[in-house]
Amino acid sequence: MTATAEKSAEAGAIPSMTVTLKILRFDPDGLDGREPGTEYWEEFQVEAHATDRVLDALHKIKWEQDGSLAFRRSCAHGVCGSDAMRINARNRLACKTLLKDLNPAKPIMVEPIKGLPVEKDLIVDMEPFFASYREIMPFLMTTGTAPERERLQSPEDRARFDDTTKCIMCAACTTSCPVFWTDGQYFGPQAIVGAHRFIFDSRDEGEWDRLEILNDKAGVWKCRTAFNCTEACPRGIEVTKAISEVKHALNTGEI
Amino acid sequence: MSNAPDLKAPKKAISHSTLGRARRWSWMFQRISGVILILLIAIHLTMNLVMGDGINQIDFAFVAGKLANPFWQWFDFLMLVLAMLHGANGMRMIIDDYARKPWMHATLQWALRIATVVIIVLGTLVLFTFDPCPAGSDPSLLPSFCEDI
Repeated sequence: MTATAEKSAEAGAIPSMTVTLKILRFDPDGLDGREPGTEYWEEFQVEAHATDRVLDALHKIKWEQDGSLAFRRSCAHGVCGSDAMRINARNRLACKTLLKDLNPAKPIMVEPIKGLPVEKDLIVDMEPFFASYREIMPFLMTTGTAPERERLQSPEDRARFDDTTKCIMCAACTTSCPVFWTDGQYFGPQAIVGAHRFIFDSRDEGEWDRLEILNDKAGVWKCRTAFNCTEACPRGIEVTKAISEVKHALNTGEI
Repeated sequence: MSNAPDLKAPKKAISHSTLGRARRWSWMFQRISGVILILLIAIHLTMNLVMGDGINQIDFAFVAGKLANPFWQWFDFLMLVLAMLHGANGMRMIIDDYARKPWMHATLQWALRIATVVIIVLGTLVLFTFDPCPAGSDPSLLPSFCEDI
């Protein structure tokens, strides 16, 4: 620890670069002489470091260049699932995507997630998405009297549905699904992941209620195994596999 | 923003009778018929294009010879029906996905159903009423067994 302050600043210096972001904006109010409801692409130049994420670039734009830019974010560290957006034609979390991983030499395209009604810029109405989740009854369903202590479960039983407990409900999977884009009726991958988490939980007894719902018109049989959801999931959940396990349970009658 | 709608009360547990739904059978049929079709089409292509003289052997006599054999008649019938139902089922799902206007959806679905039935009926008629030895045609173009008649 003999380095001087000056030297350490140099050693710790992070290379900076100029990045162009091309953002698909939607103006519901019609400001600056635009028609209300105009959709347009706007380019922003941002000075950014190699360690910066897309979210940092969006912050810089909002704080320093154009305060009217609207996007959601809450924790900004990949936990809350608020900032899912379509970055370079793939659904990702802006807070988990480094600029240097996106080829900063070219403009970075940022769009709202597809298939849900856009409210402003990158903010979409998540209500249809949450409605699908509520449909599959995402709560513990049991019969009999509640035990005095916690409901115990073996590590193997817990591992059975571990993958689907990781969901943060960012909607990246559901809004990457081509069936969800075309057909407003489909529950979407996330609701099936949410159902999977309870169907394969040994403590839960409502599995056939949920399977009944997923056997419906808008349920798992709409899935075409496009694998977009698995690729989009920022938590690395094997979404298509979870959907296939639900299909398997419906086909064999065994869980 | 409106408030979240009230949660519905959980439904009563439903037995395994829910398994017998049309959507599930359509999905199952698609997979099973797909596997059978791969086998049938592979045999069909091998018999017609690889075995014997290969692609050069296909003429009226070759096809007439095959269709005079009940085994190939039923083989081709199975292939025809499965291929048509597999294709129509796939098209039905595409129409469900992409035809948004109700009248367009209904029109396309009915056009698909009619086309499927017409092609299956027509194909079946050809397969089972085919005359391998039409009277008064050049014997050199006909299958060899026509000489015996």
